[in-house]
Amino acid sequence: MFRWDIVWQFLFSSFIFQAAWTTLWISVIAQSCGVIIGLFLALMRMSRYPFLSWPARSYIWFFRGSPLLVQVLLLWDGLPRLAPSLLLPGWAAVVIAFSLNEGAYMAEITRAGITSVDPGQMEAAKSLGMRFPLAMRRIVLPQAARVIVPPLGNEFNNMLKTTSIASVIGLQELTGTAEIFGSPTFTIFELLIVVTFYYLLLTTLWGYVQNWIENRLNPDRLVKAELREKKSWTQRMIGFGTRTGGGLVSGR
Amino acid sequence: MSMDKQQANSIEMVRAEKMVKHFGHLTVLNGVDLSVKRGQVVVIIGPSGSGKTTLLRCINHLEKIDSGHIYIEGEMIGYREVNGRLVEDSEATIARIRSQIGFVFQRFNLFPHMTALENVIESPIHVLHQPRNEVTERAMSLLEKVGLAEKAHVYPHRLSGGQQQRVAIARALAMNPKLMLFDEATSALDPELVGEVLKVMDQLAKEGMTMIVVTHEMGFAREVADEVIFMDKAAIVEEGTPEQIFDNPQNERTRAFLRMIL
Repeated sequence: MFRWDIVWQFLFSSFIFQAAWTTLWISVIAQSCGVIIGLFLALMRMSRYPFLSWPARSYIWFFRGSPLLVQVLLLWDGLPRLAPSLLLPGWAAVVIAFSLNEGAYMAEITRAGITSVDPGQMEAAKSLGMRFPLAMRRIVLPQAARVIVPPLGNEFNNMLKTTSIASVIGLQELTGTAEIFGSPTFTIFELLIVVTFYYLLLTTLWGYVQNWIENRLNPDRLVKAELREKKSWTQRMIGFGTRTGGGLVSGR
Repeated sequence: MSMDKQQANSIEMVRAEKMVKHFGHLTVLNGVDLSVKRGQVVVIIGPSGSGKTTLLRCINHLEKIDSGHIYIEGEMIGYREVNGRLVEDSEATIARIRSQIGFVFQRFNLFPHMTALENVIESPIHVLHQPRNEVTERAMSLLEKVGLAEKAHVYPHRLSGGQQQRVAIARALAMNPKLMLFDEATSALDPELVGEVLKVMDQLAKEGMTMIVVTHEMGFAREVADEVIFMDKAAIVEEGTPEQIFDNPQNERTRAFLRMIL
């Protein structure tokens, strides 16, 4: 018999809050690491030197070509076989495996973003005396961000749900918590309803954040009269930060 | 390089010897020599595919030459000689030399995520590490010089082609270059916008800037050039004063080309 009162009771219980928080922080950390790993992999893969591009290709091939679950188990079960001291805490195995895996996907997304930027931009930067890292950071990547962010949003949405894989090694994120509490008390169904609600809540909220970021990156939003004397790195990269004006004002 | 050779070059801004460049099987520069003195305006004309643009791009090493030497004020660019062999310079060295050479592209290549002013101040701040308020002040006067002070806070996609190109010129000038290279700077412009860009280039030439200009604007070449170079089929066919080239061309290919475009 399905019991709504149990659903209701679990919906606002502290252990579910805790589980949702675990799901969220694992996702955020793994996605952030994935973005950074992906950036370097993309740059390596695009390099004209085989000793850089070849390892990147192999990495991407491996992590996109084998299941994430297997990668988690390899880290968690496999490493201690090599040396017992390599037994990682469950959360660490999950965060590392997710980061490495996400890095492979982000590498392809980032590469597409960088490739989309007109090569003339890099040439202009070089002609002004910029070296490669500066030109990348100041000129190419801010423009690539417009192409990178929409698929990046999908990746994070996916990440929020894929963390359920962590339940397999006993991590108490949303799905794991539902199993651990639900199985012995025969309330698994009610708990799965509760965690589904939380997954939907997280992905919906993220959808709003994603929309907001994409609007920020829309070139038409850049039409404004005010010059801000200082822009932080995040402002440059993804357009975060307060913008004054925004109307079709040209000049003051 | 020996001391006396350096002194001999001292009034030479650019010296290129036997530049050779291939794209696959195609030879785009076939042993081209070039000498540009300080303050000189050299205009390169010639049919499409004659190697004009490649020549210009080789001078600031946007394109690598396959053999030959290029010196900027006596300093070899792109390569250094190690035991008689040419070795490509480090990125830092190439970047340092490039920062002293302004390059104006056919397609402007303004940074679209920055306002006109931000485009101009970007490199002086991040490459030369000059103080922001000082750079901003200089950038504003440069924008004024190209007639765009009121567009300082506008993004490139709100500017006309002519305005974008003038911002691009201001951006190059903000680095205080000793040499300016113009690669068909007006070819992508609507006819009515060509004049405003040529005016800025003309003014720059009058101020004594050393310039190498690849262009199809024969009026500009005749008015402003100290020397006109006619290129065809990867080589320099004829060079001389505008009067010599336009009024009394010696080579048949030069004559044919001028007949076609004038």
